[in-house]
Amino acid sequence: MNGQKETSIKLPKTKITSGKLDALMLTETPTKITVKKINFYYGKQHVLKDISINIRGQKVTALIGPSGCGKSTLLRTFNRMNDLIPHVRMEGEVLIDDRNIYHKETDVVELRRKVGMVFQKSTPFPKSIYDNVAYGLKIIGVKDKNLVNQIVEKSLHRAALWDEVKDNLGKSAMALSGGQQQRLCIARALAVGPEVLLMDEPCSALDPGATAKVEELIFELKNDYTIAIVTHNMQQAARVSDFTVFLYLGELVEFGSTDKMFTVPKDKRTEEYLTGKFG
Amino acid sequence: MSLPDRKRSKMDAHTISKDLMVEDHSINELIGSAFQQTRQGRFIADKIIVTCLSLCAMCVLFFLYSILWHLLSQGISSLNLEFLTHLPKPVGEDGGGMANAIVGSLILLGIAVLVGVPIGLGSGIYLSEYANQRFAQIVRFVTDVMNGIPSIVYGIFAYTVFVVPLKSFSAFSGGIALGIMMIPMITRTTESFIRMVPVHLREAGLALGTPKWRVIVDIVVPSSLGGIVTGIMVSLARVAGETAPLLFTAFGNRFWHSSLFQPIAALPLQIFSYAISPFDDWHRQAWAGALVLIMIVFIMNFSAVYFVSRQNQFITGKITNKRMRGMKN
Repeated sequence: MNGQKETSIKLPKTKITSGKLDALMLTETPTKITVKKINFYYGKQHVLKDISINIRGQKVTALIGPSGCGKSTLLRTFNRMNDLIPHVRMEGEVLIDDRNIYHKETDVVELRRKVGMVFQKSTPFPKSIYDNVAYGLKIIGVKDKNLVNQIVEKSLHRAALWDEVKDNLGKSAMALSGGQQQRLCIARALAVGPEVLLMDEPCSALDPGATAKVEELIFELKNDYTIAIVTHNMQQAARVSDFTVFLYLGELVEFGSTDKMFTVPKDKRTEEYLTGKFG
Repeated sequence: MSLPDRKRSKMDAHTISKDLMVEDHSINELIGSAFQQTRQGRFIADKIIVTCLSLCAMCVLFFLYSILWHLLSQGISSLNLEFLTHLPKPVGEDGGGMANAIVGSLILLGIAVLVGVPIGLGSGIYLSEYANQRFAQIVRFVTDVMNGIPSIVYGIFAYTVFVVPLKSFSAFSGGIALGIMMIPMITRTTESFIRMVPVHLREAGLALGTPKWRVIVDIVVPSSLGGIVTGIMVSLARVAGETAPLLFTAFGNRFWHSSLFQPIAALPLQIFSYAISPFDDWHRQAWAGALVLIMIVFIMNFSAVYFVSRQNQFITGKITNKRMRGMKN
């Protein structure tokens, strides 16, 4: 893959054409993630076609589109989770804080510390609640027990879970409810001090009450983190996100502020998708 | 089929269904009477199959319990403290025990575990986590073949590889022969249980920046520990009773072994030689030895089951990890 990364540097700079990026120009927060002309292939299948977007810091960006449109794949290029899948090929660049994360000298461990991820299914490790949150710190090599305790508590607070588990930190994380497990996974991701949080349909397995809690949490976290969220739920995208990326069959159809896109979509396909004509 | 053909057959189907409608019989009416007629038959078939299956299950219980009962009734009379703590007496003298064989068997199993568990576990993990499909297929085939090799062949192998060069029968060679027998079983069970760990759990580990080997050690293996331990126990129980591989390797010893590189007594060997002897007293001791052997296997299994259930209780939240109690600020 390194070879392609090298060649990708020679690609011409993305031209900012059309009105797609108008909304972005108006916001003050700087760009956190820059996606430059990404093409992604699973074997021969071309799943992302010439995608270029800028994701703003301290904002929530929703990736929407029908199943199989490549939104999860796009999300997973931000922390190089796609590296783990055999027979994939990627062209183009992803810059986080102006550094190409696909450069061969990128430390993937450091990258993933900076870019946390929460999955569709809650994924508690078969360990205690405490050990789950402390796990990332153990990997980094934080040995100071006091510091770990503090970070665990802080992360659980941030994930709005502390009050529910503070008396049971030694209990297995598997014993928590689905919604609690998902917030635990968020706490676990926050514990290593990320700057970006990627969420891949974090609420699709949760009931409405638990979903509301996670959404509330997203709303609070965006002050400190850059959040990219994949969702199948249009209302959720409308509720939690500042910007929306609409992908269809691997192509970027529309990208702009959520308010605008949901009220006056520029592309016909966006309008049809948002109004439920397909999907 | 050319297009017109297909069209025609479609039309045929259409007219048939139309005919049905014309005759004014719904499908339900047409098959309804047949359904009624077979009701009795279906009921009986169901009963017969359930009865057969439950008989099979009872057979399993019957064999296990009759073996146990037989062992207990024959062996319990000779099973006493002397049997467990004394060496065998010379022919003609009453009493004596199999202490050396009990200890010998435990030593042999210990060596077998040291050989079989790391290799079996490691290869199982490698197969499920790292190996390419081609290589994994080959190794899987080889383990299946190894499972089918008669145990005496393992004994001959260990004899030529260890006993002949070292010029002595030994506990070492016997333990290795048993250990090699454990490898294929542990490999297969480990691989299949590790494969069952969901992909998203591994990804969650990797997404925290954890190196793959750490994800395996910290997350994947603990998630499937119950199955892995059960697999190890089953293989251990199987080799615990092996006699044939030990004939060429451990050889047996009527006294305490002097070192691991000398012949050593083992329960299956002792049982075998006592059982084919002409003395009643030795026959009784052979029964008691078999009883002790099966008890050793039981104890190992029960402790494994206890360990696994403790683990599961923790995972499902019924018990709490005590180390964490201090962290309540």
